[in-house]
Amino acid sequence: MNKNIVLCGVGGQGTVLASKLIAQSAMEKQIPVMSAETIGMAQKGGSVFSYLRMGDNLHTPMIPKGSADLIIGFEPAETVKMLPYLKEGGSVVVNSCATKPVTAMLSESDYEGDEMIAYLQKKVKNLTVVDCNKASVEVGSPKVVNVILLGAAIDTGELPISKEDIKKALASRLKPQLLDMNYKALDYVAMTGK
Amino acid sequence: MKTKFLMGNEAIAMGALAAGVNVVSGYPGTPSTEVLETVAKNNKGDIYVEWSVNEKAAMELAAGAAYTGARTMVTMKQVGLNVASDPLMSLAYLGVKGGMVVMVADDPGPISSQTEQDTRTFAEFAKLPCFDPSSVQEAYEMIQDAFEYSEKYNTPVFFRPTTRVCHAYASIDVKDEADYKVNQPEGFVKDTSKWVIFPRTTYLAHLRMEERNTELKGIFSEYGKNQIIPSGAGSECKKGIASHGISFSYVSESLETLPQKPDVLKVATPFPFPEQLALKFLEGKDEVLCVEELDPVIEKALTYVCGKYHLPVKIRGKFTGDVVAAGENTCDSVKESIAKFLEIELPKASVDTSDMPKLPVRPPVLCAGCPHRASFYAVKQAMKGKKSLFCGDIGCYTLGNAMPLDMVDTCLCMGAGVNITQGIGHLEPDTNCFAFVGDSTFFAAAITGVVNAMYNQANMTLIVLDNSTTAMTGHQPHPGTGVRMMEFANGNRPVKPEDIANKINIEQVLRGIGLTTVETVNPLELDKAIETVARVAAEDGVKAIIFKSPCIALCKKEKVATVNKEKCVNCKKCIRELGCPALVTDEEGHVTVDVSQCTGCMLCSSVCPVDAIALK
Repeated sequence: MNKNIVLCGVGGQGTVLASKLIAQSAMEKQIPVMSAETIGMAQKGGSVFSYLRMGDNLHTPMIPKGSADLIIGFEPAETVKMLPYLKEGGSVVVNSCATKPVTAMLSESDYEGDEMIAYLQKKVKNLTVVDCNKASVEVGSPKVVNVILLGAAIDTGELPISKEDIKKALASRLKPQLLDMNYKALDYVAMTGK
Repeated sequence: MKTKFLMGNEAIAMGALAAGVNVVSGYPGTPSTEVLETVAKNNKGDIYVEWSVNEKAAMELAAGAAYTGARTMVTMKQVGLNVASDPLMSLAYLGVKGGMVVMVADDPGPISSQTEQDTRTFAEFAKLPCFDPSSVQEAYEMIQDAFEYSEKYNTPVFFRPTTRVCHAYASIDVKDEADYKVNQPEGFVKDTSKWVIFPRTTYLAHLRMEERNTELKGIFSEYGKNQIIPSGAGSECKKGIASHGISFSYVSESLETLPQKPDVLKVATPFPFPEQLALKFLEGKDEVLCVEELDPVIEKALTYVCGKYHLPVKIRGKFTGDVVAAGENTCDSVKESIAKFLEIELPKASVDTSDMPKLPVRPPVLCAGCPHRASFYAVKQAMKGKKSLFCGDIGCYTLGNAMPLDMVDTCLCMGAGVNITQGIGHLEPDTNCFAFVGDSTFFAAAITGVVNAMYNQANMTLIVLDNSTTAMTGHQPHPGTGVRMMEFANGNRPVKPEDIANKINIEQVLRGIGLTTVETVNPLELDKAIETVARVAAEDGVKAIIFKSPCIALCKKEKVATVNKEKCVNCKKCIRELGCPALVTDEEGHVTVDVSQCTGCMLCSSVCPVDAIALK
C-alpha cells in the first residue's frame, strides 16, 4: 500500500519538521520512505513544499500530479496551489490562517484566506479546516502549528502511522519539557472536533 | 548492512567515508553544501576536512593531497567548477595517485543558481570520466565506484548529482563501519617528469588520455549502473527511451502507469559514453526518445553512435523539440513527453483546477531584522538624487534587488560586482559607483578586484556587508570568522589550541592593499550609517565602508518592536520603504508588527516620521 503526501506552506512554518516526523515514524515500522523538500534561497519567505512517499517500489521522491492521498496545507493559498497534486477522493488538512507575502502590501498580489478556503470546500470532499491561530493560542505556543496539523492529518486515516508513533518520534527529537504541549497539540483537532 | 534515512548529499558523504576518503575540501554552494558538512559531522578525527577560501583553492588542495596517494574529494556547485576549472583542466593531464573525486552538484531549473550548465558536458571538455547518480541509494554506491575507477586509472573523476538527488531523502542500505575501506597514503614521491607540467608532458599525457577514454567506453559498457531495462518478454515495442539521473526515476514512474513498455537505457557514465551498450540497446529500434535535463548529452552520443554504425534509428529529444530545452523535468512533464512519443492519450486531471483563484507570488525576501536591509537603505538615503550605480554580488544580499529597496543594479557571478562597477565607472565618470560584497564572497572572489581598482585608479566605494558568516548556504565559517570547519562541526569547541585560526581582518586587508579610507559602521545605527556613506562616497579614489552586524538568523531574539496606535498616522512609510516581513497590516488596515517575525532591529523606528514605533 503506497501513500503519497504533500506538505506545503511558507518558509519558516515548520513543514520540514512535520515531514521528518512522519518519515521517522514510518521508518520505525519498516515502511520504505522517500521525500523531497525546498532548500535554499526559496526558504526565505517563499513557497515551500515537502513531498513524502511511503511503500514499496518507490522510484522517485517527486510526486506526479493527481496522485497525492493527502495534502497537509500550512497556508490556504499555498494549499490551493498544490491542489492539482491531489488524487480523486484524496484528503486535505488546511490551516485557515493566511500568511500574506510582503509584496502583497506593495503590489496587486493581495488575497483573502477565506476565498481560498471556500475554493477548497468546493473542490475537496474530505477537507479538514483548522484555525491554527486560535488553536495555537489554546495549546499555548505558536511553534506547535505543525504538530496540530499533523494530528489532524492522522485523524484522516490516510497515513499508515498512529499518534502513538508520532509521540515516539517527538520524544526522540524534543526536550522533555516540551512534550506535554506537543502531545496536546497532536490531539487538539480530535478533542475540539474542528 | 543497516538502513538509514539519508539526504542524497548525506548519502554521498557516507559513501565517501565508506570508500576511505582521507581529505575533503570544498566551498559552500546550493545544492552541494551538505556533502562536506556530513563528512565533518561523521569525522572520527582521521579525515582532514576544510572549507577552503574558494573552489580553486579547494581543488588544488585536494589535488596535492591526492599526489600523496590519499583519497580525496572536493565539493562544489556547478558554477564553482568554473572557478576551479583552471587547476582541473591541467590536473586532467597530470593525473593523481590516490583516488580523487570532483563532486559537482548541478542545478536544473535553475532553482538557486546563475547558470544551467551541465557538468556532463564539462566532463567531455575536460576529458575526465563522469558519474551521474539517479537516486539516493545509487549515489551512495556510485561514489564508492568513482573512487575505485579514479584510483585504477590515476585520474580525477567527476561525480555530478543534481538538486533533486542531492536534496532527496530516502531510506537506504549503508555499510557498517567495520566494512569501510581503510586507505593509508604512501606519501609524496618526488618525480618532476610526473608532477611538473610542461608542453611535452602534456602532449604525451593527451595521447594517453584519449587512449584511456576509448578503453573506458568499453569498460563502462560493462559497468553495472549503465543498464538496459528490458520491456519484458514478448514486447513488440520498437521504441526505446534513454535517460539519466533523476529523470530516469521519472521515466520509471511514468512507465508504471502507461500501457506500452519500451526498453529503457539508463546512462550512469555520460562520459566516456558506454558505446557498446548503447549499440546493443539501439539494435532493432525504430525510434528512441532521450529524456534529459540540461544538455542533450545522451541524445548527441546516440546520434553519433547511429551515424558511426549506420543504424536507421531516429533519435529524439531536445534537438527535435520533443523535450523542453531548458529548466528541470518533472514526473508530469516526462510523462507527457513519453505519452506523446508512444502516441498515447493521457487521462484528464483528477481534480479540475482550471477555475483556481489568483494566487499570491512569494519572491524570497531578506529576513526580518536582516542587517543588509539597513545597509542598503542607508546607501539609498545617502545617495538620493545623485547619479549612482549599485553593483551587487552573490549571497543573501542579492535579495536587495527586490522592491522596495531596489538596490541591486547588476549581479553576475562571485566577486564580479567590484570589477563591473569599475568598468561602468571608467565610461561614466559622473556616476557614484558602488560595489556591495558579502564577507565570505570578499575572501572568495573580491580581493583581486579591489587590487585591480587600486592599481588602475578607479573611483568607487566598496561596501562590505559583513555579517560574520556565509549566510545564504546555511552559515558556514570563513576566513574572517576565525573558526575552521572541524572546530565548527564539533560545536565550536576547539579540540586543540592549533584548531583556532587567526581571524583575517577585512579592514586590515583593505588597508594592506592601500586604501586609506576604510570605515566600519553598524548599519542599524541608521543616521550614522547614512552620514558615513555620504561623506565617504564624496571622496575620490577607492574607498570602503564595512557594514558590520551579525546575521540575524544566528542572533538570539531579545525584544520586539511595537506600534503605538495613538501616535501612528498609518502613513505606511515603514512598509513602503523597508519591505520588512515583520511589518504587516491588521484586519482594519493598520500597520502592526508580526511579533513572531520581528527581531527588534528597530530600523522601522528610525524611518517612522511620527516616532510611533518603540521597543516592547
